[in-house]
Amino acid sequence: MDIVLLSRLQFATATMFHFLFVPLTLGLSIMIAIMETRYARTGDKLYLSMTKFWGKIFLINFGLGIVTRITLEFQFGTNWSRYSAFVGDIFGSLLAIEASAAFFLESTLIGIWIFGWRKLSPKAHAAVMWLIAGASTLSAVWIIIANAWMQHPVGYVLRNGRAELSDFSAVIFQKFAILQFFHTVSAAYIVSAFFVMGVSAYHLLKKQSIQFFTRSFRIGLIFGLIFSVFTAIEGDMHGVHVAEVQPAKLAAMEAHWETTTRAPLNLFAIPDEKNERNFIEIGSIPGLLSFLGYHDINAEVKGLKDFPKEERPPVLIPFLSFRTMVGLGTLFILLTIIGLLRRNRLLESPLYLKIMVLSIPLPYVAIEAGWVLAEVGRQPWIVYGLMKTSDAVSPLASSQVLVSLMAFILIYGLLGIAGFYLIIKNAIKNPDL
Amino acid sequence: MDLQGIWFFIWGLLWAVFFMTDGFDFGIGILYPFLGKNDFEKRIMINSVGPIWNGNEVWLITAGGVTFAAFPLAYAIMFSSLYSGLMLILFALIIRGVAFEFRGKVDNKIWRNTWDIAIFVGSLVPAVLFGITFANIFKGLPIDQSGVFQGSFFDLLNFYGILGGLLFLLLFLFHGSIWLSVKTEGELHERSKSTALLIWPFLLITALFFLGASWFFTKLYDNYLANPVLFLDILLTVAALFASRFFIKRKEFFRAWFSSSIVILGSVFFGIIGLYPNILPSIINTEFSVTAYNASSSPLTLKIMLVVVIIFIPAVIAYQAWAYYLFRGKVTKEDLAYEESY
Repeated sequence: MDIVLLSRLQFATATMFHFLFVPLTLGLSIMIAIMETRYARTGDKLYLSMTKFWGKIFLINFGLGIVTRITLEFQFGTNWSRYSAFVGDIFGSLLAIEASAAFFLESTLIGIWIFGWRKLSPKAHAAVMWLIAGASTLSAVWIIIANAWMQHPVGYVLRNGRAELSDFSAVIFQKFAILQFFHTVSAAYIVSAFFVMGVSAYHLLKKQSIQFFTRSFRIGLIFGLIFSVFTAIEGDMHGVHVAEVQPAKLAAMEAHWETTTRAPLNLFAIPDEKNERNFIEIGSIPGLLSFLGYHDINAEVKGLKDFPKEERPPVLIPFLSFRTMVGLGTLFILLTIIGLLRRNRLLESPLYLKIMVLSIPLPYVAIEAGWVLAEVGRQPWIVYGLMKTSDAVSPLASSQVLVSLMAFILIYGLLGIAGFYLIIKNAIKNPDL
Repeated sequence: MDLQGIWFFIWGLLWAVFFMTDGFDFGIGILYPFLGKNDFEKRIMINSVGPIWNGNEVWLITAGGVTFAAFPLAYAIMFSSLYSGLMLILFALIIRGVAFEFRGKVDNKIWRNTWDIAIFVGSLVPAVLFGITFANIFKGLPIDQSGVFQGSFFDLLNFYGILGGLLFLLLFLFHGSIWLSVKTEGELHERSKSTALLIWPFLLITALFFLGASWFFTKLYDNYLANPVLFLDILLTVAALFASRFFIKRKEFFRAWFSSSIVILGSVFFGIIGLYPNILPSIINTEFSVTAYNASSSPLTLKIMLVVVIIFIPAVIAYQAWAYYLFRGKVTKEDLAYEESY
């Protein structure tokens, strides 16, 4: 098998597995911090029980997030050594800043939070969770700045056969990074919100610990409502920027072949990459793609055919993942609005509660789809317009990568089973009150 | 000293601190099946590092990140060359970390036994492989003119490499058994103490043997002969090793642990000093060696990163020291009664 493909599969496995746990910890840490602060302020024991119940689930997630993070720090060097040598001046420093400024703080504090219940006052203990939440968010900031640089490289000069930093603030304050950060983090909050709502709904359906889970559900609902609306609006802005700086990604995610003005958006289509067309197009809405990309229904949208074949991303995967992300995102807004209307009659709404239990996996699917869209849509570039993925790979034997990929799948598969077993076990357990 | 020289020193320091901090929890993980006679003692052992092991491990991530940021070419060549070994280390660290978190969460014999094995293997593999890897770096790697590693994982398993693996293993076992002596009471404490004393002569002999072997297998001593004052590092390290035994005998275990920390720092720096300015010496041709000068980032990046580490590394040391201080004292039954403990 081709070493580039194997290395990409390994990167995708390691990153997507890591990304199963990180989004939940990002949002849950804030919700737990809110619960614990209320306990520290009011002394209301119910908030303490909530902190402990959600805290257990948080810690399992956090643990898996931390250990899978180690791989990510090293896999650029192991599998993408040519990329590393080419971009280390910029990309490497962003990762190093993340490790020293953010990751250290959250990893040290997590131990203090787990073991420090009797050593710290309730207020100090709650403050530790706020700091963990802050540090994880800061960690996301740097990782996303690094990824945004791969999507839209700025602030560099080509010198000594590599990309060297010329303007640090251009790298860290670029629009792409800011838009991508808010999009990713708010999507992560949706994951957490739906997780908390779904688990609470499970217990409410069983009519157990009603006050406990009604409160939890409401905290989740507020988060879910705010951030599903925010993610959609912000995603639209992000899309406009992608249209501007990564036109090939836009064309691929819409399976848009011919350059046209008043470009239509196909609700569904089956792209036929060989013949550069779509087999079927269903629900074609004229002008909508122009509107989404440029906020102008008459704008010209460049089609895939106008990009040289060797510079086109694959079409099917971005096309489907975009639809998955947007479709689910719309559903999240709908579900949280229903929740808002039924917030005082949750127990009388068993159907809604059942739907919310079943919806727990959906934000995970949406956020992974978004990540796939960002990464696959960037192909064939590893750094957009600057370095091709096929030129970035390490000089390894493909058998080495095949073996390590198999090992990743096996180990992560087993860890995933053990991890989700523990998460589910703790989530369905009736908290002792 | 120029920028690259400063960065070479920081690079070495971060790896050394990683071995010093995560070293004792590696040691405890390896001693775990032998010293922990029952579930209670096993839990005491894990909980003795419970609050701090996560933070310890981030030194590895920072060492890796700083290698990437300051010496991208070294990062690229080091980790792609040592691919199989590094993958084994990563898998080991992953299952070990998860084992700490998961072991206590289900009260079932098979579940706990499985994670017990994970803790042991997950600690043993990185301890030995890091030793083998660093000894091979001290010795030099078969790197050709385009920076491609012309060898395989099995080439690393040479005499000097394995000696390095043994040295790291003994260093961490010693370090870990002292930490256990600091943190435990009763029989487990006595067992930890006698283990430390038992390991000590083997560690001394291996360390001296390694110092001797380095004369024949590496060029590390060139820098020492050019600057004899550097021999102080070796003297200090050996002195700290003796001090450590002295403090164990006097039952001053924290001081013993502090001395063995210096032993680890000094041992790693023995190699780092000898390597300078090479990061990855080539044994094919010294012109192909990866050095602090031909592998470094641009001056702008080195300056920005210098500001970053000058601000954050002391901050990290301060709050980690606070964490160590907060969880000082013995791990007791009451600590385990506590639902969040491992």
